[in-house]
Amino acid sequence: MLIWLDTFIQGALLGGLYALFAAGLALIFGIMRLVNLAHGDLIVFSAFLVLALVHALGVNLVIAFLIAAPLMFIIGFALQHVLLNRTLGKDILPPLLVTFGLSIILQNGLQEVFSADSRRLDAGNIETSSIPLFSGLAIGVMPLMTFISAAAVILILNRIFYHTRLGRAFRATSDDPQCAQLMGIDNRRVFALAMGLAMVVTLVAAVYLGIRANFDPSIGPSRLIYAFEAVIIGGLGSFWGTLAGGIIIGVAQTIGAHVNPEWQILAGHLAFLAVLIARPRGLFPRAVD
Amino acid sequence: MKEQSPSYRLAVSTAASRYLLILGVLALAVLVALPALVSRGALQDLIFVFYMLALAQCWNLLAGYAGLVSVGQQAFVGLGGYVLFAMTLLFNIDAMPAILIAGAVVGLAAIPTAFVVFRLRGPYFAIGTWVVAEVFRLVLAQFKQLGGGTGMSLPVSVTNDTFGLEWIKTLFDVRTAAARDIQTYWVALAIAVGTLLLAYLLLRSRHGLALAAIRDSETAAESVGVDNDRTKLWIYVVTAAMTGLVGALIYLYKARISPDAAFSVLDWTAYVILIVVIGGIGTIEGPIVGVIVFYLLQAYLADFGTWYLILLGALAIVIMLFAPQGIWGFVTQRFGVELFPTRRRLMRR
Repeated sequence: MLIWLDTFIQGALLGGLYALFAAGLALIFGIMRLVNLAHGDLIVFSAFLVLALVHALGVNLVIAFLIAAPLMFIIGFALQHVLLNRTLGKDILPPLLVTFGLSIILQNGLQEVFSADSRRLDAGNIETSSIPLFSGLAIGVMPLMTFISAAAVILILNRIFYHTRLGRAFRATSDDPQCAQLMGIDNRRVFALAMGLAMVVTLVAAVYLGIRANFDPSIGPSRLIYAFEAVIIGGLGSFWGTLAGGIIIGVAQTIGAHVNPEWQILAGHLAFLAVLIARPRGLFPRAVD
Repeated sequence: MKEQSPSYRLAVSTAASRYLLILGVLALAVLVALPALVSRGALQDLIFVFYMLALAQCWNLLAGYAGLVSVGQQAFVGLGGYVLFAMTLLFNIDAMPAILIAGAVVGLAAIPTAFVVFRLRGPYFAIGTWVVAEVFRLVLAQFKQLGGGTGMSLPVSVTNDTFGLEWIKTLFDVRTAAARDIQTYWVALAIAVGTLLLAYLLLRSRHGLALAAIRDSETAAESVGVDNDRTKLWIYVVTAAMTGLVGALIYLYKARISPDAAFSVLDWTAYVILIVVIGGIGTIEGPIVGVIVFYLLQAYLADFGTWYLILLGALAIVIMLFAPQGIWGFVTQRFGVELFPTRRRLMRR
């Protein structure tokens, strides 16, 4: 019994990490229906950016994060404004192909600069410390922090989405881009702001990714697939749904791994397909796709 | 149709297409005789061109006509390869018929897959097909008899004792390795020409008319009586079977399979999409032009490693932003040439 409780808790905490991967994607997918195949590589790119800042300036992770955050916002804004805005429309092929091109460029560019070696972000002894709950059950500080950060990011995104002027513009363009434009909203600028914001969220995900495990330039696509699964399970435009989606993937993976270590990833994918067979639009869709 | 004005007739072929028919038959004769004329290296390059062309033609039918933008075609390439390995190793079937069996098995496997992914639309469909391919990869990595996660090789007894190989050896007076190249070349040529004919005849049939209608407007097609879902399902299963056939041939030729290589999204879907888009999506000529460009890029630039891949990525972006209709789309627009005409035009008698 206890072992299953443990498995469930570890899975839910892992789900927090997946929700962090997915939160940025949920924002841009929800607002502009952009299938960003480079999202995973952008997470890896952010991790390398933090790594480079730590090494170059000799600062700790928190300072490096604070320096990287505005940089990532600008990169996201520019990326959307210069490149991705041109690909939006009814046809899903242009964004698919352009972000795929971006993904290859990022992967190979990172490999050219940082080599294919595995790297890690160093967070000191906090990485291995844990909190005992009761006998036989303890939870790691890092996984718990990851989960709390995911919940916090989603809370903040929700606040922005539902309680600010910018959020109103986000919701309007998500619901009906033509009408939003008629009401004086500059869609292209709204999309660029959303991408900038999404890149800051991506940076948060990257820091936890880098502390939790080794990363190298090639791991982006597999993070992307977990992120997409979480977003789609959650339903278009629902941030709390994305967290739920991440938890479902995480719990399915740990249960799968518990039965047979080789089934971890497979179990997550099967859970995703099972949810979609039952609910093709996800669990809590806010907007119409 | 009685209401049609008698002074008009329906035409599909064009002047260019009528010349092409004669040229095509000649070209095919030359291609079949080619093993007697060119080096093994050239044959090996052509094998690559032909199987990529076949994959591209399948994806083009799927995405360019049926509107099913799949990023999971590697599921069928990999499954085709694995079925071939299973048939030859576990059931001792000759590799040549095993290729056909692989195509049939993959076509059947596509039906339950369709049940899952057809519930999804647009971007969800794309991601769904990718996840399904990942499931295929992870499940096949569990089969220890087929090499598990690390993969396995085909023994010489399978690859060097296939149907017709002895005949090729005596006909061309070559050793086994060279004879395998010739045999694979012919099969690859047959599959490439087969997919081309399939695409062409399909698009000229009434199913093709339905497909073109779906491509142009799903709602309009539905309203004039096209059964969209059934037509799409049909295309999905047929292209899956063809893709499985190609996968079986590729892995018979490589004689080594592993889950990561067989279900590679980059090799069997991303490059294929790039080929179709460079050449021109939604045209039969497009994949042919695209595969030639892709082959030349690879032949001259692949040595640059990461920089070659960065260039391919940049090319994908540039094409989509500035020439989304591709090279052939541009040619048709500019000069009005159609080699494989599928449009129905009203002509004055």
